[in-house]
Amino acid sequence: MTERILDHSVLGKLDTSPKVSFLFNGKEYEGIENEPIAAALLANGVRTLRRHEESGSPRGIYCNIGHCFECRVTVDGVQGMRACLTPVKDGMVVTGGGQLDAPVRDWRKNNG
Amino acid sequence: MADLIIIGSGPAGLSAGITAAECGLSVLILDEYLKPGGRLLGQLYEEPGGKWWNGIEETRKLEKRAAALDLDIRLGTAVSNIEKEDGLWHVYTDRETFTAPSLLLATGAAESPVAIPGWTLPGVMSVGAAQVMTNVHRVKPGSRGVIIGVSVLSSAIAMELNIAGIDVAAIALPKMNEVNKDGANPAGVMDSLLHVSHMAPSKFVQFGSKLMQNDFMKKLGITFYPKGGVKMWGIPVMLRKAVIEICGTEQVEGVILATVTTNGQVVPGSEQRIDADFVCIAGGLYPLAELIGLTGCPFHHIDELGGYVPLHNEQMETPVDGLYVAGNITGIEGAKVAMSQGVAAALSIARNFGRQGLDDILREAVEYVGETRRKAHIQFHPEVAEGRRKMQQYWEEYEAAQERIAPEEPVVEKEVLQGV
Repeated sequence: MTERILDHSVLGKLDTSPKVSFLFNGKEYEGIENEPIAAALLANGVRTLRRHEESGSPRGIYCNIGHCFECRVTVDGVQGMRACLTPVKDGMVVTGGGQLDAPVRDWRKNNG
Repeated sequence: MADLIIIGSGPAGLSAGITAAECGLSVLILDEYLKPGGRLLGQLYEEPGGKWWNGIEETRKLEKRAAALDLDIRLGTAVSNIEKEDGLWHVYTDRETFTAPSLLLATGAAESPVAIPGWTLPGVMSVGAAQVMTNVHRVKPGSRGVIIGVSVLSSAIAMELNIAGIDVAAIALPKMNEVNKDGANPAGVMDSLLHVSHMAPSKFVQFGSKLMQNDFMKKLGITFYPKGGVKMWGIPVMLRKAVIEICGTEQVEGVILATVTTNGQVVPGSEQRIDADFVCIAGGLYPLAELIGLTGCPFHHIDELGGYVPLHNEQMETPVDGLYVAGNITGIEGAKVAMSQGVAAALSIARNFGRQGLDDILREAVEYVGETRRKAHIQFHPEVAEGRRKMQQYWEEYEAAQERIAPEEPVVEKEVLQGV
C-alpha cells in the first residue's frame, strides 16, 4: 500500500487542496489538483500504468522525471503523455495502453 | 525575441536566468517539468552544524528572485529540436518555436539504470524517482523498500525515505553481470565510499576509514565486512550482499539477496528472499546531453565528471558561437556548484552581448565556482577536481588547434567574394 505523507518532520504539513476527480481506465479516483497523474494514482495504490505493447507485462513509473517514458498514458485522447509530468485536472480521462497485436511475430511462431 | 533562451529551470538555469536579467538581458527559460527547481526540489539533508538543506525552500528563494525580475519561465514545455540559422538559435518545443541569439543548456543529469531480472515490474523505480515522490509529491513510493546500489546518493536518499517514515529494509549491491561491473564490486564500492567517510553517520565506518589507508587494509576491511551489513540510520548497508532478482508477478513482492565474494561473485546456496513492495535502483548520474548533441558541440568522455561532457571552458562557453552550458550537463556535482556555474555562464553571456565592466565580476564568479566545489559537503565523484582539470586541458588543446588551422585572414572566402 502507498499513502500520502501528510506531516513531515522537516518539510512540514502537506496542503491537500483543492481535490479533483479523474478517470483512469474507467474508474474514478481522487487527486490533488496539478500534482502529476502518476503521483495521484500512486497515492490511490495504483502502480500499473500500462501494459507493454508487445509482451503485455505490467509497467509503472521508473524515472519519475520524464526521461524514460515508461509511464506513457493517453490523456483526454492524446497518446504518449508522461504521467509523471502531466498535472492532473478535474474531469481528466486517463487510459493506460494495453498489449497490441503482433501478427508478424505470431506468424513466425507458427510458420518459422 | 529574447536575448537568451535557457533550457532547464534547475539550480543552474534559474541562477543563470536571474543573473542575466540583472545584467539587463531579456531571458526565456524552458522546462518540461511541471515545477521549476529540477533536481534541487528533491534534496533534503542535514549539513555540518545541524542546518537542513531543503531543496524546496532553496527553489522558492530562486523563484522569488526570478519573479521580482519578471523572468519568463515556461513550464511543461518539452524541447524536441535545436537548429542554428543566420546566427540565431531556433528552439522547437511541443508548443511553439522560440528564437534567440544566445542559448544556455542547463539540462542537468539523468540516472543510469542497473539491469536486474524483474526490473520492469511496477514498484521498481530509480532512487531519484522515490526521492521526488517522497519529498516533492509527498506520496510514499511504498511501505518497505530495498535500494540496489551503494553510493553517496543512494545513502542520502535512504535517509530521506527514513525521515518520511518509509521503511528501507536494506541497501545492497546489484548482481554482477556484463553491464553491472563497478557498482557490483564490493571492494570497489568500499573504496569509493571511503572517500566520503567524513560524512558517515556510523562510528564503525568512520573508525574503519582510518584503518583503511592502504589497499591491504581495505581488502581486509571488505573481507571482514559484516554479512548482515553495517547499520546507517538503522538501515543495513550490505556490501557483501547483492540483489540477484526482483520478485513479483503484477508488481514488486520482494527481492532475492545473495552473499557475494569480495570481488562480487555470488556464493551458491546463500540466496534468501526478503519482502518489499518497492525497489529503488541507484546506478549513478550522468550528464544529460542529448540536446546539446544536436548543436555540433564536441564531447569528451571524462569518468570523474560522470560520462560524456560537452567541451567548455571555465567561463561556461562552448566552441559553438552563442552556446553556453551550466550545471550537471558539465559534470555531476551538487546544486551549489550548479548555481555558481549558472551565475558565471550568465555573466559570460552578458559580456559577450557587449555589456561593459563585467570582466572582474566574471573572474570572481569563476573563482567562486572552484571555491564552492572545494567546500562541497557531498562530492559525487571524489576526483571531480581532476575531471575539471582534464576538461580545461581539452579546451586549451582545442583552442591551440583552432589557432593552427585558422589563418589570420579568411583567404579562400575573400577570393570567392572577389570572383563574384
